Amino acid sequence: MITLHNVTKRYGTFKAIQSISLNIKAGEIHGIIGASGAGKSTLLRMMNLLEKPDEGDVIINNKKLNHLKGKEIRHIRQLLGMIFQGYHLVGNKTVFDNVAVALEIAKITKKDRTERVMESLRFVGLETYKDQYPSQLSGGQKQRVAIARAIVNNPKVLLCDEPTSALDSKTTTEILEVLKQINQQFNVTIVIVSHELEVIRSLAERVTVMADGQIYDVVDIEPTGVNKFEKGAAAFVEQLKSGGDTNLS
Amino acid sequence: MAIGESSIMVGFSVIAALLVGLPIGTFLFLCRKGQLLENRLVFSSLNLIVNIIRSFPFLLLVIFMIPFTRFVMGTAIGTAAATLPMMVIAIAHYSRLVEQSLLDVPKGVIHAAVSMGASVKDIIFKFLYVEARSALVLSMTTSTISFISYSTIMGVVGGGGIGDFAIRYGYLQYRTDLMIYIIIIIVIFVQLIQYAGITLARKIDKR
Ligand SMILES: Nc1ncnc2c1ncn2[C@@H]1O[C@H](COP(=O)(O)OP(=O)(O)OP(=O)(O)O)[C@@H](O)[C@H]1O
Ligand SMILES: [Mg+2]
Repeated sequence: MITLHNVTKRYGTFKAIQSISLNIKAGEIHGIIGASGAGKSTLLRMMNLLEKPDEGDVIINNKKLNHLKGKEIRHIRQLLGMIFQGYHLVGNKTVFDNVAVALEIAKITKKDRTERVMESLRFVGLETYKDQYPSQLSGGQKQRVAIARAIVNNPKVLLCDEPTSALDSKTTTEILEVLKQINQQFNVTIVIVSHELEVIRSLAERVTVMADGQIYDVVDIEPTGVNKFEKGAAAFVEQLKSGGDTNLS
Repeated sequence: MAIGESSIMVGFSVIAALLVGLPIGTFLFLCRKGQLLENRLVFSSLNLIVNIIRSFPFLLLVIFMIPFTRFVMGTAIGTAAATLPMMVIAIAHYSRLVEQSLLDVPKGVIHAAVSMGASVKDIIFKFLYVEARSALVLSMTTSTISFISYSTIMGVVGGGGIGDFAIRYGYLQYRTDLMIYIIIIIVIFVQLIQYAGITLARKIDKR
């Protein structure tokens, strides 16, 4: 689905990403974990070209994205939903309009928009909140609106950058459940970045462990949710067993 | 008569601020470092021009512009001619406030818009202006009040207006009552604009 081939990203002389190759399979839930500053967000943001790689290729559905022009990149982005730790909703738009704007950008006619927005809001359980403003919602509800906005255009992939890091554990579980549903019902490929082991373990099927701009290891997790962490992830497991902090930053 | 002249000068300034100042301020914002159209050369040049115009003492700007005004308007005297320097300062004034207002839009909102595949036009109209609308209204209020103040000195180039009226009859003919009367009118008018601006800004702010 998404292939990164020897991608490198520099900020000045500092290499945030050092020649990483990674293949995200269609339909999988792929976790990216690592300490703060490891380059997780940068790697994720390269997948929809929010960051352009200085070297290497970003390939989506066998199409190289590197040399696409502005308009074509925008078109691709419309098919890759993205959510963030800080939700990033427009405070002056209602819940409905926050979701609808994704369809406006994709030039969907007004007639079709209403139905699709409501469908999306129903999916995240917020259809009765459509006329509220974000300031009237809880963090979990805001993230649901952001999810509705990200999936309303029927994306093939959903990119999630620390989507639950600002939420309490109960709300986190609910949001992760919504993401799991999206993956199962619509067969949307999900890439989720987190520094919380619990989050990655309960959701992802495969995990890329990052350190210092490089891939430390890629680990499969058994579908039962029982962890089969090996090699690089061993340290994370140790940390869990020792009853320590699961927060790796 | 005097009120009519003032209204023309201030009215055209407001229109110029909206039609030209708003786009320039937006462009200034977008050309900043780290923004969508980042362009150091364009930003610094535009920034410098706006700064120069704004730091000119207004009376000197009016006089400095006389040859240009005469070239554009055919004359440098009268209300119409006086409107030109008013418009120039209005554009510079409001564009700076627009830029500052847009800086208050959370960066994440712009990131989210870009991630949705929004074009620059989409981002301006569907995100930036929506999120910054209260600040834009308040800036317009502040600007309008400044324009009223600027308009009172346009008597020097025969622009007329209530400021000119106050000087001519209130000061030079020792009609202190007239002078006070005009000042009260201006003060009340400014209060009204301020009140209207704040009320509207509050009403449209849902954040
Ligand atoms: N725009 C930028 N300019 C300069 N350096 C940057 C920029 N963006 C990221 N970096 C640097 O690149 C490195 C990787 O950043 P990135 O945001 O990808 O880390 P992360 O793994 O997501 O960390 P966190 O868990 O804190 O979000 C960091 O050292 C960061 O300081
Ligand atoms: Mg990050």
